[in-house]
Amino acid sequence: MCRLFALTSKEPVSPMEAIKALDVMKEGHDGSGVGIMLRDLGGPFEEMKDAPILSGIFTEEGIRRLDLFMMDQGFMTKYKVSIKVPKTNTSGIPRRGLYLIRAYEYPEHWDGLDKGEVERRLMMTRLKIREMGEEKRDMIVFSFWPDTIMLKELGDPMDVGHYLGLDRKDLKARVIMAQGRQNTNYAIDLYACHPFFIKGFTTMTNGENTAFIPIKDFLSSRDYPGYTGYQSDSEVFAHILHYAMEGLGLGLDAYKHVMTPLQDKHLEKHPDASFLKHLKQSCRQLIIDGPNCVIGTLPDNTLFMAQDRKKLRPGVVGGRPGMFAFSSEICGLDAVIPDRDKSRDIQPMHLDTAIVSPDRQEVKICRQTEPLALPL
Amino acid sequence: MSANRTISPSSLSLKDLPWQIDWKKDRCTLCGQCTAVCPVHAIELGVFRKRNLVTSIHRVEDNQTSFETFYGIRQKTTLPEACIGCAMCAMACPNDAIEPKPNPGTPRFKFHLNQDGEPRKRGGRRNSTESLLDQIKFIRISMLTDPALDAGRHEFEMRSLLGRVLPPEENMRRLRTNGWIPPVREIYPLIIGGMSFGALSPTMWEGLQMGVAYLNEELGMPVRISTGEGGCPPRLLRSRFLKYVILQIASGYFGWDEIIHAIPHMKEDPCAIEIKYGQGAKPGDGGLLMWHKVNKLIAAIRGVPQGISLPSPPTHQTQYSIEESVAKMIQSMSMAWGFRVPVYPKISASSTSLAVLNNLTRNDFASALAIDGEDGGTGAAYSVSMDHMGHPIASCIRDNYLNLVKIGKQNEIPIFAGGGIGKNGNIAANAAALIMLGASGVQIGKYVMQAAAGCIGTEKDRCNVCNLGICPKGITSQDPRLYRRLDPETVAQRVVDLFVSFDTELKKIVAPLGRSTSLPIGMSDALGINDYAAAERLNIKYVV
Repeated sequence: MCRLFALTSKEPVSPMEAIKALDVMKEGHDGSGVGIMLRDLGGPFEEMKDAPILSGIFTEEGIRRLDLFMMDQGFMTKYKVSIKVPKTNTSGIPRRGLYLIRAYEYPEHWDGLDKGEVERRLMMTRLKIREMGEEKRDMIVFSFWPDTIMLKELGDPMDVGHYLGLDRKDLKARVIMAQGRQNTNYAIDLYACHPFFIKGFTTMTNGENTAFIPIKDFLSSRDYPGYTGYQSDSEVFAHILHYAMEGLGLGLDAYKHVMTPLQDKHLEKHPDASFLKHLKQSCRQLIIDGPNCVIGTLPDNTLFMAQDRKKLRPGVVGGRPGMFAFSSEICGLDAVIPDRDKSRDIQPMHLDTAIVSPDRQEVKICRQTEPLALPL
Repeated sequence: MSANRTISPSSLSLKDLPWQIDWKKDRCTLCGQCTAVCPVHAIELGVFRKRNLVTSIHRVEDNQTSFETFYGIRQKTTLPEACIGCAMCAMACPNDAIEPKPNPGTPRFKFHLNQDGEPRKRGGRRNSTESLLDQIKFIRISMLTDPALDAGRHEFEMRSLLGRVLPPEENMRRLRTNGWIPPVREIYPLIIGGMSFGALSPTMWEGLQMGVAYLNEELGMPVRISTGEGGCPPRLLRSRFLKYVILQIASGYFGWDEIIHAIPHMKEDPCAIEIKYGQGAKPGDGGLLMWHKVNKLIAAIRGVPQGISLPSPPTHQTQYSIEESVAKMIQSMSMAWGFRVPVYPKISASSTSLAVLNNLTRNDFASALAIDGEDGGTGAAYSVSMDHMGHPIASCIRDNYLNLVKIGKQNEIPIFAGGGIGKNGNIAANAAALIMLGASGVQIGKYVMQAAAGCIGTEKDRCNVCNLGICPKGITSQDPRLYRRLDPETVAQRVVDLFVSFDTELKKIVAPLGRSTSLPIGMSDALGINDYAAAERLNIKYVV
């Protein structure tokens, strides 16, 4: 079972904070991979909130091909963070090319496009770079989105943190997600490392996804180019989130109703019973069966945690106004926010979605039995 | 027969018959119960002559010979009276003195079952024990990386949907605009398939209906039963129990006059309407109820004269293209119930099934597709149809499901599989395998007859006289002397036993796979088979 940690803070903090939390939860991951997602960035990126940032790993040849491709598209480099890795090898971390974090100016001919079209084009650009990279095995791309940085690498999280120099001053964020991976069924592939990202929606999960194949089949057949990949059975959680919110126009409170619908006898008593019955039936192929704890962020930097229907995975939320953290274990929370009121820690149960909105003032528990904020 | 008498080509000896009666003289009390119970009069009281020789160790003149007669059981060798292996004699015998034994050789009998140019007709099954479904194993067991669930204690929702499920976006849109949303029923994934009132005896039908009502009303299991093509008793049509019933219409339209006239009086809508275009046991052939079984009651319900054979045409006669056959008929049936009742076709598994499915995907009123494989049963058919016509169910279901996945409609048109599920007794494993290959549920017929009513048919050509109305268990007979043997209450009890035990077994299969909150439709990564070609064909794992 992997270990998850996410935080949302009023002041930008270093990703090493999250790495620190993963380190104290070391029993739960085996150094087979770590993934980090940073949003609501501080430091130099603060000044360029709208510029799309490309995160990935490139060989020298890959960088050349990337530059040619991006120039062809009309993207101009606006700012970049160069990660210099030590010359000596660190055990468990493979040597790769360049870890790239680069912000771009939009192509001029994109001016005047509406937001939806810009977002679609950003996603298509990421998919194209990924496709090119898979062809020649010279590029790996994690995200290409404004105000978002993603890093993934194999190895022990603390080692990777030092190796990549994540404690540097210009790398700070207000929303951080990190996962220490426990390799299970699938060969180690960086695309299989959490968190997973699609158009501003990010999730990371622990546990296997026993209903993976029917869910993957359903998403893959939606005729939506972003629903691809699936090197990990957990990638579908990000796509279900995106599908529910952007595809169906539902709120976050409906996410759990899609994945873990109420059983009929409870559903009938729900104030939105009729709507939920239709949702349950039409999204039947998206029902998960656990065991999963899902932590995710939305494009507006809301952070949430949702559990599977049987609550088979641990997860705790705690903090204080201005800073909240979501963790697989309480010790992870203690490592990062020791000065919180621990009596107010919350362990979301099988019906709960724990939500911290971008104002970071409180943890809101949304129970599945409560009325929905329906878009109808 | 004397050695010098003429023999005809079809004169048979006991050794030519498929079943031979083993009778033990020393145990028989000549009570006559076996000869009375035999449905085909294969045995009779026989008088046998025996010569006793007493040889002397002294003189030749002292040798003696004497004759005696004794009574016993004689097996007939005429074709209509050939033993069918039902073993009712063994069941009736108080002294275990008699039983039929299968002929281990090749019974020549088969070559002569075409007297007067009429090929063999029978009821029952394909008579083949082979089952690909039995070979499929469930290999994706949750072990430590994710916990196996507890079949006894976790919550389960083993339900399926019968009805056209709209794609989520369209469903949301129609909710917003108060548009028409097709009816969808939440049902139990094990359905009692179409066996008509007529093919089955009144006591069997009553027992099934009572069992289904109990499962629904007392145990909360939404089990559904199809009527088959033979109408529906008027009282059931006007009762609240109709909601558990799938009304079947087939090419003979038997009983539909009564059903249409009952619509204004219906307290509940039926669960669904099944339009039968074909059945797996005899694909491309219509239903058949032979004259033996068309008594006054059956004739009245079906709206036909008494004592005539009722062969349904192979296709719906007024319709000549798939557009009419499927689109118009589905639409008409939907309209008859105000678009509140799901309507779906049932077809024989065939290499052309995909064409039907593709047509259905474009028909907004099509609710599902039921596909019946070659191992389906029947009350009456030509042997050649049962033995040689048809398509195996597993690959047909898989092809159809994967086709739906390809076009993104796997949740919109549920596919139901029938034919040979549990043919060797492994009903839950067979059903789960089909569900994971892509079926939304399975239909069973023969299994219910065997488990709930003690049908003695097996895959070894045993009994198979459902067509003649002489069912020794009273399951498929219209003769009160026979069907009184079957107590409807006990049938109902066994139906409940069957479904409750199936439910436990299904949970015992899905729980270790880590599934409980939804039926694992299309969860093909759980399946493996030790046949490479089959694994490739079904797109599942090859395991040895």
